[in-house]
Amino acid sequence: MPQIFTASADTRLRTAALLLVAVFVVSLLFTAGFMNSTYLTSVGWVVTQPVPFSHEHHVGGLGLDCRYCHASVEVSAQASLPATHVCMTCHSQIWTGAPVLAPVRASLADNKPLHWQRVARLPDYVYFNHSIHISRGVPCVECHGRVDRMPLLARAKPFTMEFCLDCHRDPGPHLRPRDQVTRMDWSGWHEDPQFARKQLQAFGIQPDKLTNCYICHR
Amino acid sequence: MNAGLVIATLLTLAVSTCDQMRHQPRYDYAEPSKLFADGTSLQAPPDGTIARDDPTWQAALTDRPPMTAALLARGRERFGIYCAVCHDLAGYGQGIVPSRGFPHPPSYHIDRLRNAPSSYLVDVITHGHGAMYSYADRVSPADRWAIAAYIRALQLSQDAPAASLTDDERAKLDGGGK
Ligand code: HEC
Ligand code: HEC
Ligand code: HEC
Ligand code: HEC
Ligand code: HEC
Ligand code: HEC
Repeated sequence: MPQIFTASADTRLRTAALLLVAVFVVSLLFTAGFMNSTYLTSVGWVVTQPVPFSHEHHVGGLGLDCRYCHASVEVSAQASLPATHVCMTCHSQIWTGAPVLAPVRASLADNKPLHWQRVARLPDYVYFNHSIHISRGVPCVECHGRVDRMPLLARAKPFTMEFCLDCHRDPGPHLRPRDQVTRMDWSGWHEDPQFARKQLQAFGIQPDKLTNCYICHR
Repeated sequence: MNAGLVIATLLTLAVSTCDQMRHQPRYDYAEPSKLFADGTSLQAPPDGTIARDDPTWQAALTDRPPMTAALLARGRERFGIYCAVCHDLAGYGQGIVPSRGFPHPPSYHIDRLRNAPSSYLVDVITHGHGAMYSYADRVSPADRWAIAAYIRALQLSQDAPAASLTDDERAKLDGGGK
């Protein structure tokens, strides 16, 4: 009977098997990296807006409170984006001829809302509500980052399920006094080491229930 | 196996993984829309529509709530959000926005505004005044009364006759607030 396998067949088989494993591992690493990349989570990417509105100037520079523009954040699911006349409360008198603000003036004159491109968005199958987070003292900065340092707004946190769950499993250390939620740089929580426990108790927050699927997928 | 079936299955899989139901056939907040002429799903209600709670809303404009510490605290918070950028925290009209070229608002500590009824302050918030726009869209009627109450407290704080203080407070005043 003639030999079926040559002398080198064993080596070739081993190399092929090794290559296969290597390709598998590399593609796994690539997929994992891609899933966590800012390309998928949009973290740090700015989008083109009709007006280059700067939170750095208006929040950091002028000290405007978030609620001056995102007025419904405390009472509804939506934080809401400001209507044109909100810009005009100031820009009817200052920077009135600035070319960057031309779309705002046109929007007011034609009574057509500005088309802001959305930055912070969840998939449609996730339910989110601002008012409950604000009323429990979850500050804006936990989810939107240092908005007061952003000349153009970008997403600061990956809005993945992991991100939400990390806090829902143990929300205590993230909470603040209710009247400090819009402060970007508050760090006085260490004044009362019992604060987190007291907050959880006062609001009856049960972390074990907050991770149930129906909380966010309803 | 039937090749057509395999291709069909693969195609279905490919389509279903594209979007993963991230976009469902409903409008999110401020989502663009081809349905309306102006291209957005943010539509103003037709003229003449009133919301179910409009009568309560209107009534709250005329019914002045009783003065309480909670009302003042609420007024203070709202004043800080919506008014202080121009009128400054003490109400002298030296806020940061006037310092950037906006017309200076009058100080609250002038006789005309001291003698104006609280309903006038509510009216200014509702309808605006000269260069100042209306804040009716962002400050609810109950909050307008709260702000008015807080402005009254601010006015008193800058204009309280020393004789109206208790001995204790007088002692503090004489001690330079220590
Ligand atoms: C409370 C007053 C106020 C409001 C409300 C306001 N702005 Fe401004 N804005 C200013 C001031 C003051 C400046 C000048 C900045 C400076 O001097 O540092 C400015 C500057 C700007 C500029 C010039 C570029 C820059 O950032 O310096 C743009 C663009 C702008 N604003 C857009 C807007 C838009 C859009 C809105 C509405 C969403 C708005 N502003 C609402 C006060 C305001
Ligand atoms: C002067 C008005 C103004 C103030 C004050 C303001 N914002 Fe905004 N905000 C806007 C406008 C206009 C947009 C839409 C344009 C953009 O994305 O830059 C926006 C967009 C955003 C977005 C992205 C929403 C999306 O999905 O596109 C976030 C998040 C946000 N603001 C958070 C904040 C926080 C937090 C504060 C307070 C620290 C704040 N803003 C204060 C006017 C304002
Ligand atoms: C617990 C996390 C969290 C906190 C706290 C939070 N946000 Fe958001 N915000 C989100 C998420 C998630 C979205 C996207 C919602 C969606 O797509 O349905 C969002 C969207 C927004 C938007 C876009 C418009 C809208 O209504 O969807 C604005 C503006 C905004 N947030 C402002 C604020 C401000 C101002 C605060 C603080 C007062 C705040 N947010 C606090 C998570 C948060
Ligand atoms: C920094 C902390 C924090 C983060 C991040 C956070 N949450 Fe929450 N969330 C809370 C707290 C605290 C509550 C209030 C729980 C209570 O009162 O029982 C809450 C409540 C909720 C509720 C209402 C629960 C109910 O009982 O109906 C929903 C829905 C929700 N969160 C969704 C989300 C989603 C979606 C995300 C991610 C985009 C998110 N949350 C991120 C802290 C957080
Ligand atoms: C605190 C809020 C929250 C809770 C609780 C939660 N999810 Fe999610 N889930 C999210 C968010 C936010 C996303 C969107 C992630 C993204 O965009 O990548 C998501 C996405 C998903 C997806 C789609 C993943 C993908 O990549 O397409 C599945 C499946 C899912 N969740 C299942 C569950 C199950 C099962 C549970 C219960 C064990 C659960 N979720 C509980 C917030 C939550
Ligand atoms: C963008 C700057 C700005 C903001 C914010 C603002 N005001 Fe004014 N306010 C003005 C200016 C300017 C005037 C003077 C208007 C005039 O006489 O043309 C004024 C005038 C007034 C007056 C006096 C009216 C009179 O009879 O002279 C009152 C009262 C008042 N404002 C209350 C408020 C309250 C309450 C808020 C908060 C809800 C507020 N303002 C927010 C700029 C502002």
